[in-house]
Amino acid sequence: MSSTTAAEQLSATTLLRFATAGSVDDGKSTLVGRLLHDSKSVLTDQLEAVEHASRSRGQEAPDLALLTDGLRAEREQGITIDVAYRYFATARRRFILADTPGHVQYTRNMVTGASTAELTVILVDARNGVVEQTRRHAAIAALLRVPHVVLAVNKMDLVGYEEGVFARIAEEFTAYATELGVPEVTAIPISALAGDNVVEPSATMDWYGGPTVLEHLETVPVSHDLTGCHARLPVQYVIRPQTAEHPDYRGYAGQIAAGTFRVGQEVTVLPSGRTSRISGIDLLGTAVDIAWTPQSVTLLLEDDIDISRGDLIVPSGDAPATSQDVEATVCHVADRPLTVGQRVLLKHTTRTVKAIVKEIPSRLTLDDLSQHAEPGELVANDIGTVRVRTAEPLALDAYADSRRTGSFLLIDPADGTTLAAGMAGESFATERPAGPAAGADDAGWDF
Amino acid sequence: MTTTIKATEEQQDSPFALSHLDALESEAVHIFREVAGEFERPVILFSGGKDSIVMLHLALKAFAPAPVPFTLLHVDTGHNFPEVIEYRDRTVARHGLRLHVASVQDYIDRGVLRERPDGTRNPLQTVPLTEAIQRHRFDAVFGGGRRDEEKARAKERVFSLRDEFSQWDPRRQRPELWQLYNGRHAPGEHVRVFPLSNWTELDVWQYIAREGIELPEIYFAHEREVFSRSGMWLTAGDWGGPKEGETVEKRLIRYRTVGDMSCTGAVDSDATTLDAVIAEIAASRLTERGATRADDKLSEAAMEDRKREGYF
Repeated sequence: MSSTTAAEQLSATTLLRFATAGSVDDGKSTLVGRLLHDSKSVLTDQLEAVEHASRSRGQEAPDLALLTDGLRAEREQGITIDVAYRYFATARRRFILADTPGHVQYTRNMVTGASTAELTVILVDARNGVVEQTRRHAAIAALLRVPHVVLAVNKMDLVGYEEGVFARIAEEFTAYATELGVPEVTAIPISALAGDNVVEPSATMDWYGGPTVLEHLETVPVSHDLTGCHARLPVQYVIRPQTAEHPDYRGYAGQIAAGTFRVGQEVTVLPSGRTSRISGIDLLGTAVDIAWTPQSVTLLLEDDIDISRGDLIVPSGDAPATSQDVEATVCHVADRPLTVGQRVLLKHTTRTVKAIVKEIPSRLTLDDLSQHAEPGELVANDIGTVRVRTAEPLALDAYADSRRTGSFLLIDPADGTTLAAGMAGESFATERPAGPAAGADDAGWDF
Repeated sequence: MTTTIKATEEQQDSPFALSHLDALESEAVHIFREVAGEFERPVILFSGGKDSIVMLHLALKAFAPAPVPFTLLHVDTGHNFPEVIEYRDRTVARHGLRLHVASVQDYIDRGVLRERPDGTRNPLQTVPLTEAIQRHRFDAVFGGGRRDEEKARAKERVFSLRDEFSQWDPRRQRPELWQLYNGRHAPGEHVRVFPLSNWTELDVWQYIAREGIELPEIYFAHEREVFSRSGMWLTAGDWGGPKEGETVEKRLIRYRTVGDMSCTGAVDSDATTLDAVIAEIAASRLTERGATRADDKLSEAAMEDRKREGYF
């Protein structure tokens, strides 16, 4: 398991996208470096470059954190700008890691990384336990509905590898995350520096019987449980060859955002509400009877109805309501503020419409999840609720039901800057203040 | 469709699980279709190298049975391998595509660009590329760049905004949220789009094998007259090698990457089939660029600097 041979890598067949959260002080770069290094994903020339850079800084051992240092500005200032993507593979799985920096701009970076992640690793320093920042990381993972959360309690070597220290932190974090509606928390005691429980099981912490971080990453289900999902296909493009060979071909191309579609199924097209039946599904050159998320397909319909980019094809009888009034939680990601009365563009799936920010009812403080009424504006890294009026009706799902069809961007029409990341509907899976913990088998979640 | 690699069946968590290649393919097709839906004048950078070949293959699949709604652009350094240029022209003709060529040689002949003392022409591609983008008013430019290739590229976005000078400002890149790509830009600006962002070298090769995609022969082991420079095997030719003190010898080699002859190194190899190439790459302890690209070794920040200037 610990070393990846060529043959093993060739057999890895599923893909897991995950994200990391934590600051430099928590040892995040060391953890990521250790994952890459111990899974034999660092190649000789990369390691040589790290060894060379470490020596030139007067460090004795190669500093694994340097593996993930990207740009000159970052090296000079010792900070990390923006999200970096890393790729590695083991015998069992391929991984895409969204490595999010833990400094001041971390909220929008973490939101970015978490938006496509199926799992988030949140790091804490065993000496400090659950701190304000840990609670923020948990809140973002909950808000973005990341299906799996790993709490990596790092620097166990500095607390004498004490089980009691780990157990206290794990318990406190799990209680908090569960309250927020996080469906699954896995806590793992590690030392990224010494390598305990990252890739190799710890020789010291024999009281811990669970998986190492990498084992957990390799075995966590990449969720394809589609039974509870509403099928959705945002139309990206209409394919009309108009050639002698295909004079009448009219296909609606898109990536299935959720659920499954079958030939013969009756479908409704939104926002028009027209109905038809699926006469064929073209899966990139192969005719199939059934297709599912996240496959990119082309649907053929029995009737020649007017459909264009921006429309949403759904099963008849399972359509989201269309509305011009959007209530959502947003994370503000731009340097200029978002204000009441501002004219914006709203991009939802393949549809972009004009919109006005009607109200900003509250701003959320992530440290204690307190609400501040009527802040008037949101600035970079703020999270708040908004009410937006759109110029045309939108077929928007609740983000809780579908991450892909419940999310949207707010864009500045003047220069195209992305202003905010929006999630329709309720912020958290459970109402605050929390009552009893929500069941972990929350069937409404779409991954 | 031929399948030459049979992955051993791992325990899939459900009948709806996708293999990693299917997931990457679906994502790339989604990116191509987004650009077709949102941009006026997209173009694919096509060099006849494996990444651009895979890109074109994905684009053909994304719009079938209709033709690809994009033109192609090749920035020709003038030092390309003849096998690759021949492949390029054959492919363009076969699919009835339109190819624009921006020629570095032409710029040198006109005195606009000057040959570098080291003979490397890759850095000289930036000016012809940016001028071609302005002249043809391309608003989306597909590149085959992968985020696993190099540290600066790890920070690249799938949709990468460039100003009117084609410059890349890492601090100005938009956050990449969900699968919502924001391609809006001011007139004169354009977006570089990287559909293979999340692919690794191994993914590209496995996909080529799975789809039965034909490649230029230089990717496979063959005998060639090469000489050693800066620890790489370079092809002898009138681009500037061998110099005095460099001796030519015949070796069995192949190319892991294909670019300008002056800075693309070959590796010793006896891999004559796709399966052998894949096995070799999976076992290699060197990255693709580390093994073969002199231009990336120029300085620790070489790629970052060139990207800022408008390089791919």
